[in-house]
Parts: sequence; C-alpha cells; structure tokens
Amino acid sequence: MILIFGLFLLSLLVITAVAIVRTKDLFVAVMLTSIFSLLMAANFFILDAADVALTEAAVGAGVTTVIFLCALALTGDREKPREGGRGLALGTVGVLALLIIYATFDKPRLGDPDAPVHQHIAPWYIEKTTEYMDFPNVVTAILSSFRGYDTLGEVFVVFAACIGVLFILGVSPPRKLLRVKDSSNGLRHHLIPQVVGRLLIPFIVLFGLYTQFHGEYGPGGGFQAGAIIATGVILYALLEGEDNALRAIPRGVLLGMVVGGALLFGGVGIVCMLMGGAFLDYSVLAADPVWGQQLGILIIEAGVGMAVCGALLAIFHAFAARERMS
Amino acid sequence: MIDIVLDVLSWILILLGSACVLIGGIGGLRLPNFYTRIHAASLTDTMATILIFVGMMLQAGFTLATLKLFAIMLFLLLTGPTATYALANAALLSGLKPDAVTDSDKPKENTPE
Repeated sequence: MILIFGLFLLSLLVITAVAIVRTKDLFVAVMLTSIFSLLMAANFFILDAADVALTEAAVGAGVTTVIFLCALALTGDREKPREGGRGLALGTVGVLALLIIYATFDKPRLGDPDAPVHQHIAPWYIEKTTEYMDFPNVVTAILSSFRGYDTLGEVFVVFAACIGVLFILGVSPPRKLLRVKDSSNGLRHHLIPQVVGRLLIPFIVLFGLYTQFHGEYGPGGGFQAGAIIATGVILYALLEGEDNALRAIPRGVLLGMVVGGALLFGGVGIVCMLMGGAFLDYSVLAADPVWGQQLGILIIEAGVGMAVCGALLAIFHAFAARERMS
Repeated sequence: MIDIVLDVLSWILILLGSACVLIGGIGGLRLPNFYTRIHAASLTDTMATILIFVGMMLQAGFTLATLKLFAIMLFLLLTGPTATYALANAALLSGLKPDAVTDSDKPKENTPE
C-alpha cells in the first residue's frame, strides 16, 4: 500500500518537475515549485523521515515560495526568450540521466537491512543513543551530538548565506522611504485573511516552540522550529505589513539571532573544551554525562533554531525592503 | 453490534468525502471559468474535509488520535475557505470579472494550461 502511494507521489513529482521546466510563466513556476516541495515532504514522510519532511514543508513550500514571490515582484514574471539551440544542454542532461539510471542498478533495494548504509555506523548510533543521551529520537542525537561538527558547519553555512544575501541586496534603505508608504502594504484592508491569520499565528509559533523543545522525543529540532516560527512571522508580515513585523522583531534583533545562534553553538563547544572534554563533547557539561549530553543538545538546538529563524526572516525582510525602495 | 454500526457509518462518511474530492477535482478541471472552478475546488476544502475527518474520527474512537484529527480538521476548515477567498479576491482585484456567460478566461494569467 505504501509502495503504491510512494509510486503515485513520485510520478506526481516527475510531472511537476516537467511542468516547471516547460512553463514560461515564472509565477506559475514558483507555485509549481511549492507544490513540488509539498510532494517531496509527503514523500519524506512516508519514508519515515518526519524530521526532514517538517523542514521541507516549512522551508520549501512556505518560506522559499514567499521569497521567490518577493524576487518576482522585483523582476518580471515572464521567462526571457532563449537564444540559440539547446542541443548541448539536452545532451548533457541526457548523458547524466543515463549515468544516474545506470548507477541505480547497483543500488540496494529500498529498506534493505543489508544495505551498506545500515551496516556501517548506523547500528552503533541506534545502540548508543539510549546509553549516552537517554532519549528516543536518534536523528536528533546524530544531528546534534554524534555529528555535531557537521551541524555546526551547517549553521555557519546558514549564517554565511544570510550575510551574503544581506550584502548583495544592500539593506539599509533610507529612513524616510520607509515612512512614506507606511499604510500601503500588507493585506490591511482584507478582513477575512487577517482575522484567520491572527487566529493561527500564535498556534504556528507555539507549534514551532514545541518542535524546538520536543525535538529529543519526537520529530523536530532547531532547524524545523526556526523555519516554522519564521513562517509564522512571515505570515504576520504579509497580513499586517512589513513595518509592523519589523516593529515586532526589529532588524537588529534578527541579526542578533543569527550571530547569537551561531556563537551559542560554537560557544558550547568551547565551554566543553574548557571543562576538559573535546570540542562539542557535551558529556562534561554536567556531573552526570547523560544529563550533560541532554543539556548540551538543548542549548545547541536553541542556537540552531535562533540562527535559522533569524536568517530566514532577515532574508525575507531584505527582499521586502528592496521591493519598496524601487 | 455498536462497533459494526460505527464502522459502517465511518466508511460511508469516508466514501462520501472521497466522492466530494473526486467531484471537486472533476469540477476544477471541467467547469468553464475561473470562479466556477474554484467554487468546485472549494468543495474539497469544506464538505470533503468534514466527511473524511469525521469518518476517520469514528474509526479512531476515543483516543488521542481523535483529538489530533479534530484539531487538523479545525485547521483545514479555517485555512481552506480563507485560501479560496483570497484566491477569488486576488482574481477580482486583478480584473477578472465574474461573468457566468463567458466561458473563457484564457487571456488572463491564471490558466496554466
């Protein structure tokens, strides 16, 4: 049954991808990309990867769609007519596709317990998670403790991406430009979306906080929570106007969250070193190593959540402010 | 006895809901213009949601799952019609007249086909 459902979703994915390539209207392409992400999230979910599904749904289908739409508002919504033949592109894609299809012949069957990935180090992770951390979500354990270096790297990538976007879009619009069109943005005159949005935003943020602090026990964690909270705030910005959203969470606070999140993560690592352990070895944080691990994971997840949420919102505001300058 | 009755009732509700989804889908493809199409599609947001979710709640019985299903149903019932409203409103603002006689909104942007 799951297999049929998976096949159905995958064929929908292929259809959506072909439609994205074929459409000339960029607005339609953005909407289709959002649908693609949602299908992908459903796919991840039926593969039991609930953590990834949450991220994909919040970031892929939610935040990036809004950022794409902001970008479209700055440019045009039609694709530029292509010049020259597309023989080279078609050839490259064809060869790559054949190579990938050829590579799948060596792939182990889906869910095969003898697959190399299930034999190498994964059993050790699954075995040791209860012993070292004493909570059930192995994904969180791997992400934040066993492979903490990777996650630290990811947070710095998010940090760098945010800084890069802010540099390129050059956000420091003159103050008076911000004031002129004070009441003209947002959906202020649309009562129904506004009322429903106001009703939902607290629950979205609450759900984000739940995924943040329940990440050790269920699907979730810093990345998902940051993305979900960012979605809630972006919804607020869309309904009430960016100025009100910036008044609620000023730009300085957002940048502080990005920098503070990354610093918090790195800082925990350094504290671990100062207390006599290795970098990001949380066991030394408390007298009881298990409690130390849990404490460390809680703090670095908070750092990840802050960094992701701040970065997404800062990028969104960068696009939105640009829109009003031009 | 009561179990069988509940089971049959829940399946009737789920099948009716699925029929609503199907009708909504067919209507979304076949009806002549934009407003009639979203009218058909909004059937999935309201009627189908209620029927399918009540059916599933009957299947789940008095468990935590029922509570979660109820919360999801409430969420969908709030957001679905709002989305439909926003869509119709955006179409109206962009200058698409709700005109029952014309069967063509092809020149406008909102037909991807």
